Amino acid sequence: MADETLTESMLARLGRFAVGLIEDLGDIWMFALRTFGQCFRHLLAKRDLQRLLPQFFAIGAQSVPVILVTGVFVGMVLAIQAIEQFRAAGLENRMGVIVSLSVVRELGPVLAGVMLAGRVGGALTAELGTMRVTEQIDALRSMGSDPVRVLVMPRFLACLLLTPILTLYCNLVGVLGGWFISVPIFHVSNWAYWTYTKVSLETWDIGSGLVKSVFFGATIGLISCYKGFNCEQGAKGVGKACTEAFVAGFMVILVLDFFLSLFLKSLYESIWGFKVVF
Amino acid sequence: MTDTDKPIVELRNVHKRFGPLKVLRGVDLQLPRGRTTVIIGESGTGKSVLLKHILGLIRPDRGEVHIDGQRVDQLRERQWVPIRKRFGFLFQMGALFDSLTTGQNVAFPLREHTTLSDEEIDRIVGEKLALVGLDGVRSKWPAELSGGQRKRVALARAIALNPNVVLYNEPTTGLDPIRADMINDLIIKLRTELGITSVVVTHDMTSAFKVADHIHMLHHGEFIASGTSDDFRGSADPRVRRFVTGDADLEIGERTDPDANGLAGGGWDAKP
Repeated sequence: MADETLTESMLARLGRFAVGLIEDLGDIWMFALRTFGQCFRHLLAKRDLQRLLPQFFAIGAQSVPVILVTGVFVGMVLAIQAIEQFRAAGLENRMGVIVSLSVVRELGPVLAGVMLAGRVGGALTAELGTMRVTEQIDALRSMGSDPVRVLVMPRFLACLLLTPILTLYCNLVGVLGGWFISVPIFHVSNWAYWTYTKVSLETWDIGSGLVKSVFFGATIGLISCYKGFNCEQGAKGVGKACTEAFVAGFMVILVLDFFLSLFLKSLYESIWGFKVVF
Repeated sequence: MTDTDKPIVELRNVHKRFGPLKVLRGVDLQLPRGRTTVIIGESGTGKSVLLKHILGLIRPDRGEVHIDGQRVDQLRERQWVPIRKRFGFLFQMGALFDSLTTGQNVAFPLREHTTLSDEEIDRIVGEKLALVGLDGVRSKWPAELSGGQRKRVALARAIALNPNVVLYNEPTTGLDPIRADMINDLIIKLRTELGITSVVVTHDMTSAFKVADHIHMLHHGEFIASGTSDDFRGSADPRVRRFVTGDADLEIGERTDPDANGLAGGGWDAKP
């Protein structure tokens, strides 16, 4: 009897969780559609462009240090881990290949995305969540303004447009970090490092990383704004929303990365065939 | 009934619940044009929720909201815009935008909804801030203002577009008695000079008695009493008396016969 009740309550909880998840997905999709709608309708309005600039600064310019530090250390760590094995196989001249391909295709976009989910996503959720609990979002509505247009649209666009640019910075300093470990410290030939980097990296690799980063930027913008808008009351509510926004953003970035990699890889192979650099 | 006699806002049998909590249980309310209606009641009885229903910030689960004879509770968000431009809403804590200065806050609705020049907007901002006695603070950030100042700036913002109706959510709470009285005078001035319809949600009885043309008392999501200030002062209903006198020790007891406590007589519109 007790077991039955336990099973029932577990089933009920599972059911509630599933229903909640589906409702959340529906809500966030509606939120995304409203945001896209506002972007298409008002993208070139003067007042909306004016609102975009401060967001470019907060989301883009202020994220540069974090992105640079992430990128350079990822490149350096990668080189440190790879150099011994490459040297043992007599392939140390090809260090540029492993560093640049790993950073530009995968690590740059994903780690830049994750760092931004933390830095930008957390800040956006906290800002909009606080605006919600202090009734500022209601105040906007009461004045006949659409909060999605005034608050979400500029933040979403800044994330969407600037994540690829920040990813480019991350890629660049990642390759430089790999160079710093390979060339001055482990005495790989400077000429070899850059030549193999150049040979191995195609526009496609950089482009596919950037395509991913556009999706990651959109994910960060939408999830963090949505979580902020639907934040529960009080400081606890804001804290919870920030955590949820970061965790959800992080997970979605990883899942999206997998599917986008799969898709882009099959697209590449269907056009140019299998790629081997060695 | 002529157009000017018709209530500007009418709520019919409005119900609202949040999860298991029933906040409004069938509220009927009419706001006469050009008058000040005060809604009183203890904290947590649904006063703010009621006020937000008037402007569509919260939608009713059941019941209807009419503005100027038009049913509005089912309107889409975009259709609310022209209606909301005619309303001003003063939020309980002010709800000023943190990222804008005081002056930019007051200018916000003007920039959003008018094509006025910067100079013209500047002039109106100065005028509205002067009206609430705060002209010197326009370059300050909301975080640098005291609670009372924030509320007054919020009031300046609420009346920036010269609305026909202003909804005040606890306009005097947190203000010193002199500032509070200044807000009362302002509410009266807006009514007498500009014919603005006001709804004031409050539990400050001094303010309620001073500004009200009509008072309604909300209790557990229902109106239990309506009348003029004098009706409330002389009320025999223990729930009303307890609230009006602010005496927590006053026994309420079970109410079985509405006539027994005077609610149904003497000019009262007792609600069942």
